Amino acid sequence: MLTVLVFLPLLVAGVLLLAPRAVPDRACVPVWLAAALAELVLVVIIWAGFDPGGGIQYAQRARWIPGAGVGYHVGVDGLSLPLAALTCVLFLAAAVHSLRRGTAATATATGGGPPRARAWAALFLFLQTVSLGLFTALDLILFFVFFDLSIVGMYFVIAGWGHGERARAAALKFFLYTFTGSLALLLGFIGLYLAAEPHTFDLTDLAREDPLAGRGAHAALVLLAIGLGLAIKTPTVPFHTWLPPAHTDAPAAGSAILAGILLKMGTYGFVRIAMPLLPGVWRQYALVFVVLGALSAVYGALVALGQTDVKRMIAYTSVNHMGYVLLALGAAGILTGTDDRARALAVTGATVQMVSHGLITGALFLLSGVLWDRAGGYRIADFSGLAGPAPRFAAVTAVGALAAIGLPGFSGFIAEFQIFTGSLGSQPVATAVALTGILITAALFLRALHRMLLGPTRLPGSVRTGGFTDLTPAETAATVPLLGLSLVIGIVPRFLLDVIEPAARALTGLVAR
Amino acid sequence: MTVPVTVLLWLLPALPLTAGALLASAGRRAARIAPGAAVAVSVAALGLAVAVAAAGAAGRPETADAPLFAGVRAGLRVDGLSAVMVVVVTAVTLAVLVWSLARPPGRTAADHARFPGLMLLFAGAMLVTVTADTLPPLLMAWEVMGATSWALIGFDWREPEKTDAAGTAFLTTRAADLGLYAAAGAALAGGADTLALDALPEADGGWLDLLTAGVVLAALGKSAQLPFSFWLSRAMRGPSPVSALLHSAAMVAAGAYLLLRLRPVLDASGWGAPLVAWAGAVTALALGAVAVAQTELKQVLAASTCAQLGFAVLAAGAGSTAGGAAQLAAHAAVKAALFLAAGAWLAALGTERLAGLRGAARARPALGAAAVAAALTLAGLPPLSLWAAKDQVLAAARHESAALYAAGLAAAALAAGYATTVLRHVLAPAPAAGPETPGGRGGAAGRPGAGTGTERERPVPGAGSGGSARHREVAGTPAEGERPVPGAGSGGAGPAGRAPAQGVGGGGAAAGGPGPGTAARVVWPVGVLALAGVVLGVVALPSAARWLRENVGAVGEPVPVPWEAVLSAAVAVAAAAFAWWRPGPPRLPRAVTRPVRRWIWPASAVHPAVVRPVLSAARALAAFDDRVVDGAVRGLARAGPGLARALAAFDDRAVDGAVRAAARGGRAAGRLAARADDGGPDAAVRALAAGARALGRAARRPQTGLLHHYYAQAVTGFAVLALFLLLLLLVR
Repeated sequence: MLTVLVFLPLLVAGVLLLAPRAVPDRACVPVWLAAALAELVLVVIIWAGFDPGGGIQYAQRARWIPGAGVGYHVGVDGLSLPLAALTCVLFLAAAVHSLRRGTAATATATGGGPPRARAWAALFLFLQTVSLGLFTALDLILFFVFFDLSIVGMYFVIAGWGHGERARAAALKFFLYTFTGSLALLLGFIGLYLAAEPHTFDLTDLAREDPLAGRGAHAALVLLAIGLGLAIKTPTVPFHTWLPPAHTDAPAAGSAILAGILLKMGTYGFVRIAMPLLPGVWRQYALVFVVLGALSAVYGALVALGQTDVKRMIAYTSVNHMGYVLLALGAAGILTGTDDRARALAVTGATVQMVSHGLITGALFLLSGVLWDRAGGYRIADFSGLAGPAPRFAAVTAVGALAAIGLPGFSGFIAEFQIFTGSLGSQPVATAVALTGILITAALFLRALHRMLLGPTRLPGSVRTGGFTDLTPAETAATVPLLGLSLVIGIVPRFLLDVIEPAARALTGLVAR
Repeated sequence: MTVPVTVLLWLLPALPLTAGALLASAGRRAARIAPGAAVAVSVAALGLAVAVAAAGAAGRPETADAPLFAGVRAGLRVDGLSAVMVVVVTAVTLAVLVWSLARPPGRTAADHARFPGLMLLFAGAMLVTVTADTLPPLLMAWEVMGATSWALIGFDWREPEKTDAAGTAFLTTRAADLGLYAAAGAALAGGADTLALDALPEADGGWLDLLTAGVVLAALGKSAQLPFSFWLSRAMRGPSPVSALLHSAAMVAAGAYLLLRLRPVLDASGWGAPLVAWAGAVTALALGAVAVAQTELKQVLAASTCAQLGFAVLAAGAGSTAGGAAQLAAHAAVKAALFLAAGAWLAALGTERLAGLRGAARARPALGAAAVAAALTLAGLPPLSLWAAKDQVLAAARHESAALYAAGLAAAALAAGYATTVLRHVLAPAPAAGPETPGGRGGAAGRPGAGTGTERERPVPGAGSGGSARHREVAGTPAEGERPVPGAGSGGAGPAGRAPAQGVGGGGAAAGGPGPGTAARVVWPVGVLALAGVVLGVVALPSAARWLRENVGAVGEPVPVPWEAVLSAAVAVAAAAFAWWRPGPPRLPRAVTRPVRRWIWPASAVHPAVVRPVLSAARALAAFDDRVVDGAVRGLARAGPGLARALAAFDDRAVDGAVRAAARGGRAAGRLAARADDGGPDAAVRALAAGARALGRAARRPQTGLLHHYYAQAVTGFAVLALFLLLLLLVR
């Protein structure tokens, strides 16, 4: 079941690429859409059959490279299932978004849809396989392979469909920076492999054995390598500077996937690998992650406030939001002054934050694509009073911004409230510092909303003669459901929390052993 | 068939929240039905509120709850205090929405659906706030109120100064809201881990202090108490009906409500109660003085809101739940009525300057009478409701300390002063029509000082605004307030040319609307609210007071003794009389008047102190991030190629050089070897060869081909052989 879920997109991508040239490029996006819909149905079926208390389920194993202790092993638990579901939702949104009528800037040649639609669809299908594979992988090498392939896929998205020459530079920076991180990750994995007896890369075996318990320097070095690799991918301050250019120059759907899914690979790596496999040394160095998390939260928010480009601004708020996640995971590693419930609450909040950020920021990046399509730029100062010509765009963007600042009623609050309440007990100072982040993000989103959407209408000269048109049906259909899902999680979160909470408790139990 | 109270409890906020969300997002399509639907929903909400209040006040508070987080439930409950609040909130919402039928804010059809939708959304959030049983739903609703207040204050989004005011209100209250987040964390860490409001005082040690501080901070921010009052002054740029709901009955009341609700926490902390009591008293005093010094009606009303809520906050600190609840209810009715009257006058006269409102109450007797009644109540004159409520609060204050009591009395005197000042203006004989109205809008703008940014609301269509394009967009939609009313005769912008002065002099249309139907819709809500404000004075009666105390669970609280009631009445009457007879501001040093006029600590003072440094820091950090953090990465990246180039050079020079040197050495050695080879062995070989050749040549010589030579050679050979054999024999 899981294998089908993971590899169906790749299969469809292969079919698209091998299909005779007589099949027009235009037909590729609908095929992709159908595949993404099928994936969503599959993940809903998996969710329906998932027993929250049952640990890892739907597991499948196959021999791969037995001599090196490497196997094909996939499965889902309460930490990975929400992210797998998020992946399916967000890729579906990207597919829907790609249905929009092309504008002069993007797609006159293809008569609607993105340029080179065949490669575009195939690349996203490939990325979906890679993302689902990563979130379901239970083998370190499998994880690493998908981790690396995600970088490759996104490199081509940014370089091939980004905004001009700068995009290729940004793509190269993204590639080299995160690839360096993945090498560090590989080193760490090998360190784990060597410590295990018998040598293995299997995650469940490693988590059960805890091979590095009581091996001070070795364990610390492994955590350093893995932590560095994941911190670059997440990204946390000070390893975040690949993110703004990559986002600014990426196409809207690429940004949405990058922020919504690829960043989660970093934070997911912490809950899937760093915490359960290195519990002792995680506890020992938890404060480092707490500090990095709080720093990322406040620094990311402040730097976002200082931006003049709205897409860069949203990119920096990702640093802020991922900072909360790291703060909570760090706090979950500190046993003194706190109890199981607070730590599990923090981990649950962190996981909800991953889902929530994927939905909300994914929607915001898709919305920012409207600015590029209509006006070819993202400068805040270039726009004013967009609520006049584009009321629907303004309303959806305002709702998205309110969701992004953690307003109750949306998923962000459910996440951040649990993170803060769960972390405050053991880390009052860091949590209080991070708490100011939600005020700064409120300020920066309000500022952008006021400047761009409200006030007298003023458009940059680059807007075509038709004026600034409102959201098209495809753009609406790609963004509103994401925010709607965030609203549902914000109001009736139990369906999600019921899945996450047992896994979070299990994780805090593993960390505390 | 009876519906369980828990169902009603869920419905009470769910109905306005759902309807509000639908209307707010429906856009133009719902413009026709939205105002009416909103009124219908608020009628239903009022009915639900009365039903749950009756159940709750009867001493059987039911809890409706659902799991939210692990070990934390989201609960709603209506007890006596909540019962008061839900009825007040729903009643004021209904009144304001009815009023808005006649004067809907906004310019476009979509606005007319959005406004009632946002108001309902807001009201629903307030209802959750005052019924929440645990901290998470309270905080959720609390923040949603802040966000909807942003949307409502900045409702006219085309005006940057209004949206800025909305942003100030949202960010200021959200800054204070962080206190509630901290409080929730402190409660969990301190052992009150169900986060139930009743359980919060059980938090231990330092966590209780953090919890208390967080709650107090959030409450003072929301209730616009010092030092946060400034946001309310700016919020007055929003539409009047918004102020009538948010800044009288709901949002600002939530802070005081929270303190009343969490009095056990204040008491448990030891320092919380006195701090809160003094914060309320100081705000009542200082903002009372601010209200006296204001020259615009809405600014007076806003400052008065802070001051009057100061009494409710003081009640929470001094331990008078009954007094606080009565104060909140009475203030809500009175202030909502006055804001709505102010909105009507603003629409009709185009100004909110007190000086420009001379005779406003006389011009429209019905509206005027209602407004006057509300102002008299606000003045705290006996036997009206705010006097009675304040007495309950002051009794508790005296119980705490004489200084607190004295401060409260002084603040009551100021209240009488500013309310009377308003009365004196609106009741003054109307000025002669001639100089006041040089025609159309220009009349207002032409008044001295009237143009200095005071006319914040554009006059409604129908008041002679000249019909801008935006107004015309919606002319004819029923929601515009010009709905054809039987008897009104005209549904469009027919009377638009009417000069405001005619409204003042005419008195036929109470609020400058096109017909009596509109006028009634404007007057009725104001009248009912004002009447409620008057009638609530019954809490001065001992039996009514006892009933209230029993219902809010405040049986043992101090009650005013007769001399206190007489003293406060005398103070109020004396202050009112003084303000009436000796008008004009007292001569005070500038050091006093300036802060009082500028709200002590205006938003413009906060800007350079807080906002600008943060913005500069943000910009500096952004530059730092680009140059230093990313610069380091770029440096590293550049170092990569640099290192590569160095390695390449090394490779070229050293490694390849060594190889080349080795090659050169090899060649040299080769040459040497070759030379040596040439000289030695090869020469020997050549010599050998030469020798062999010579031998060969020598060997060829005997073969001449001549027979006799061969014979001679053979003879010689045999001779030698024979000789050899002979020698052998001899040797043997």
